Amino acid sequence: MHRTAVKQIVMEGVLDANDALAQANRERFDGAGNYVINMMSSPGAGKTALLERTLERLRGKLCLGILEGDVQTTLDADRLARFHVPLVQVNTDPGFGGECHLDANMVRSGLSELPLPEIDVLVIENVGNLVCPAEFKVGEDVRVMVYSVTEGEEKPLKYPLMFRSADLVLVNKVDLLEHLDFDLEQFLGNLDAVNPGVERILTSARTGQGVEEWCSWLEHRRG
Amino acid sequence: MHEMAIAESVVRIAGQHANGRRVTKVYLKVGHLRQVVPSALTFGFELVAQGTPIEGAELALEQIPALGRCRACGVESRLPGFPLQCRECGGFDLEIVEGEELYVESLEMEE
Ligand SMILES: Nc1nc2c(ncn2[C@@H]2O[C@H](COP(=O)(O)OP(=O)(O)OP(=O)(O)O)[C@@H](O)[C@H]2O)c(=O)[nH]1
Ligand SMILES: [Mg+2]
Repeated sequence: MHRTAVKQIVMEGVLDANDALAQANRERFDGAGNYVINMMSSPGAGKTALLERTLERLRGKLCLGILEGDVQTTLDADRLARFHVPLVQVNTDPGFGGECHLDANMVRSGLSELPLPEIDVLVIENVGNLVCPAEFKVGEDVRVMVYSVTEGEEKPLKYPLMFRSADLVLVNKVDLLEHLDFDLEQFLGNLDAVNPGVERILTSARTGQGVEEWCSWLEHRRG
Repeated sequence: MHEMAIAESVVRIAGQHANGRRVTKVYLKVGHLRQVVPSALTFGFELVAQGTPIEGAELALEQIPALGRCRACGVESRLPGFPLQCRECGGFDLEIVEGEELYVESLEMEE
């Protein structure tokens, strides 16, 4: 039997479905008055540690809510539970491709468990991964990237996607600088090469350096 | 590996448009700035397509080089790598014209 091939024009963005869900999340956040931060980093850069510091500092000033994205465990959520803030844990899909980032649908699935109208700032701690989370909007107002000085100066050049999409870079673990041969100037030069002039704050979740500045940034941006 | 998530999405889109017909080729445009690894995406595509009307289809992946227009002098430059810089005036403030694409352009199917 002879089969004829037909060509059909599609012109559909691969991430359109996710973007539409992210937009719906965004409208929900706007309706509830939430300022939403998508916090991203490679594994172990210090997202949860900085969040602990942030919660200590902003307690009584702003109501923070946390949405924790984690591959499997509830360890990060357990660490934050002592702050008694609205908190929900979303374990990412065990299926292919689902485990390395949060997408808009996973975030949506966690929202019903958060008292959104009570929350001033919702922090979404994304899954630790230097590539995937940057592709998926979840409905956030800003993207804050945590980068730790133990990761090497060349990372912005090797993984430009996330560095380019960040509105703020928290350069964390600066307490370790004296023990490392990390060249901070070179790193900042590489950062500017991929995201010219992006805002950056040097932080240490260990000593608390920069935490005040980061919290002021947050209060200011929230407006 | 976000190639896997992208592959899933490509297969879903192709399946919707194919509407039951057997797909032989999927044309995908990927901008250079997307940081997609073609071999990883092709591998993921073949895996995810198994058991769907897309199974066995070829993924024709076209990479689009980055092109930017300088906001200072208006000249367009090919952007082979970082920093993204205007070839005319050396400026860094560029509007990306091409290189951020990620879409299914068309399908070839059996009638
Ligand atoms: N010295 C030092 N250690 C830090 C700092 N911030 C975090 N750490 C340590 O780094 C490790 C990882 O920190 P986490 O806060 O769990 O990092 P994370 O980004 O939340 O990790 P994932 O969620 O697993 O991706 C922990 O042992 C922290 O104590 C810092 O500023 N200085
Ligand atoms: Mg964490």
